Amino acid sequence: MASGVITRKSGAMMATARYLTRRNMTHGGSCCGNHHHPPPFERKKQQSCSRSLLGFWRFNSTKASAVDVYSSDEDVTNTKHHQGLDFPGGHVSYTHSLNFISKSSTQNRVPCYRVLDDNGVVIGGSSSNISGDLECQIQQQPLISQQTALKMYREMVRLQVMDTIFYEAQRQGRLSFYLTSTGEEAISVASAAALSSDDVVMPQYREPGVLLWRGFSLREFADQCFGNKDDYGKGRQMPIHYGSNKLNYFTVSSPLATQIPQAAGVAYALKMEKKDACVVTFFGDGSSSEGDFHAGLNFAAVTESPVVFVCRNNGWAISTNVSEQFRSDGIVVKGQAYGIDSIRVDGNDALAVYNSIRAARQMAVNQGKPVLVEFLTYRVGHHSTSDDSTKYRPMDEIEHWKVTRNPVSRFRKWVEGNGWWNEDEESELRSATRKQLLQAIQAAERTQKPSLKEMFSDVYDETPSNLREQQEQLREIIKRHPKDYPSDIPV
Amino acid sequence: MWGIVGQRACRHGSSAMSLQGTRPVIHALRSFSTAAKEMTVRDALNSAIDEEMSADPKVFLMGEEVGEYQGAYKITKGLLEKYGPDRVLDTPITEAGFTGIGVGAAYHGLKPIVEFMTFNFSMQAIDHIINSAAKSNYMSAGQISVPIVFRGPNGAAAGVGAQHSQCYASWYASCPGLKVLAPYSSEDARGLMKAAIRDPDPVVFLENELLYGESFPVSAEVLDSSFCLPIGKAKIEREGKDVTITAFSKMVGYALKAAEILSKEGISAEVINLRSIRPLDRATINNSVRKTNRLVTVEEGFPQHGIGAEICASVVEDSFEYLDAAIERIAGADVPMPYAANLERLAVPQVEDIVRAAKRTCYRSSSLAATA
Repeated sequence: MASGVITRKSGAMMATARYLTRRNMTHGGSCCGNHHHPPPFERKKQQSCSRSLLGFWRFNSTKASAVDVYSSDEDVTNTKHHQGLDFPGGHVSYTHSLNFISKSSTQNRVPCYRVLDDNGVVIGGSSSNISGDLECQIQQQPLISQQTALKMYREMVRLQVMDTIFYEAQRQGRLSFYLTSTGEEAISVASAAALSSDDVVMPQYREPGVLLWRGFSLREFADQCFGNKDDYGKGRQMPIHYGSNKLNYFTVSSPLATQIPQAAGVAYALKMEKKDACVVTFFGDGSSSEGDFHAGLNFAAVTESPVVFVCRNNGWAISTNVSEQFRSDGIVVKGQAYGIDSIRVDGNDALAVYNSIRAARQMAVNQGKPVLVEFLTYRVGHHSTSDDSTKYRPMDEIEHWKVTRNPVSRFRKWVEGNGWWNEDEESELRSATRKQLLQAIQAAERTQKPSLKEMFSDVYDETPSNLREQQEQLREIIKRHPKDYPSDIPV
Repeated sequence: MWGIVGQRACRHGSSAMSLQGTRPVIHALRSFSTAAKEMTVRDALNSAIDEEMSADPKVFLMGEEVGEYQGAYKITKGLLEKYGPDRVLDTPITEAGFTGIGVGAAYHGLKPIVEFMTFNFSMQAIDHIINSAAKSNYMSAGQISVPIVFRGPNGAAAGVGAQHSQCYASWYASCPGLKVLAPYSSEDARGLMKAAIRDPDPVVFLENELLYGESFPVSAEVLDSSFCLPIGKAKIEREGKDVTITAFSKMVGYALKAAEILSKEGISAEVINLRSIRPLDRATINNSVRKTNRLVTVEEGFPQHGIGAEICASVVEDSFEYLDAAIERIAGADVPMPYAANLERLAVPQVEDIVRAAKRTCYRSSSLAATA
């Protein structure tokens, strides 16, 4: 495929390519057919040609021969118009103007897609469609059903309550660590709602809403956080490093952005299987600085793998504000650079999240290609329990996002506006969830820790003899010197 | 001899290898027949990968220049034509990218073979190898397995300078969760490559550029498509009774030459081809030292924290009373590899160094602590 062709219409690119020279123009014949080209000696400087000059033609050869630029039926052998040059990568028009493509603007940023206004009212009262700029055959998206909406809202509330209780538990010293999704509840829950259960999710760490949607129980969350013997991770990892093969949610891994190229790999495997599924991988604004981001997006584009890259641009990477993280207009503009269709969405609007992920998924699966979605949002909580964000950002900024721009209450307004929810149900849900969580924590805390042999298993598929020996030795030592070891290790 | 081993036994790694019941006696007779055929290491690797790709559609290749260019060292010659671009991927130049993609594909159940043009470049991807491939099975408690093979030339070539010559055996071998293999002969290349591809754990497969073109005799056993070598078993290339010499990869050839020279001087050296760096076959090494009472370890890589250091520690821990002399450790010079031919020759172990070291353990020459 000729990668030099602009197949994604972009205003900026059009503007700089407007100035074409007609130096080698031979007389006669039509070019684009849209306007008159004077013979060379009379030509005016800087003709601007119409869009069809840059129309959709494809080029396979890189021979330096003269080429008919236009997709007309004109006799190509007749008149040769040298409107550009062939280079590896395709045909390129040239210009006499020394114009630099300006960097992405802070004044004129890519707009974000939203459905609900800040008061939870559908904007314009119209149904939310994806506008036609993207190459996709998405049908008109009706707003979601009451059932889906209520499930989404409930899980967002449960996520909020879960975050509050587990955070408190860490502060009480019962958990070593925790990190919340406060302010970003719509992103994980509504995304999950828009996916199928076959879609593989490769998270970063601020997306437990996906697990909640897919059915991970509060007890299962607690077991992982307490690292007890019921933890699917067998106590191997810090809290919040959840994983569930059954729910198609890859175990959280700490190094940032590694999941991005890995997602392209999983998507490649899915494509080879010809499965009706895609991969959805999440990462933050900070992770987009990692080399793996570049490698993953580049690769997915080249291998044409069905992966949806989802960036939670929440403004902060611990204490590093986005203005110190990159100088581009966020992450959405980077997708185009890799040849990936991209969209920017209001991440605090549950309906916008749902619609955009649904559309992105369809594009990825039906067209076998990657898609980039940037959710603009705000990290209301601290980065984790090891952070105090009031030290580097103003309290009133945090308050503003916590109250006025809260995604949960915004969605609540829409759900209540439809008559699907009320105050009683709200307090019932919150208190029931709180109670379930406290019970789950108590139970998880009391459950036995994993046994000694789980220290040595899973290093390899089969435990090798040297590890079995070490295990036996350690068991002997513990038996002989029990005072030197905690009494609650099942040996 | 190990050619008899069947596929099932390959997966048991360093656990006790049982030969009984895997192959009937008739195969044992066949393996003693003289091998008429010779095969280069390059062809051995190519045929092993080809056969495994043919047998299992999940196996696929990835790397720079592996397809159209037929492989930077022609190891993957002909495979793109045979299996198509879906299974032989020419990648953009991002080690981190294609290693990450490979790991992801392995997470989902494919069996990627990821080629590094040299293991020196694997450092650009080492986070994916260590933090993802090696640790995922453990950290996910068995939910995520990573049946991936990372392969490519390792160690010094000829005249390629510091950034193309480092040996990464000890870097990878220190990491639990990885298996690290280093073939020497064509038989090793075939058997270990097949074992690596079939193994459900991530395997680092360290080849050697200078060995690619060398020919070795191969028996009918080795040429059979079901041939496989066990991971975690060293091979005694030459039996002896006076001194044990351990080596891997290209240094096995040097050790054998040294043994030949030593035998003319009345010293019978036992040469052990490690084949597997992790898991290390401590049993074979220790049994040999208990027999000979002397040990020389040979490696091309840097001496500090090297393979020889680990072998030395193992023998001192397990067979201290059997040692009649201090252990000699032959390794590359502790400098980044220089380019000039004379300097390069001085920076890598030579056969004479091994001979002198063996003699020192036999008290046949005075010990010079700092020099080889």
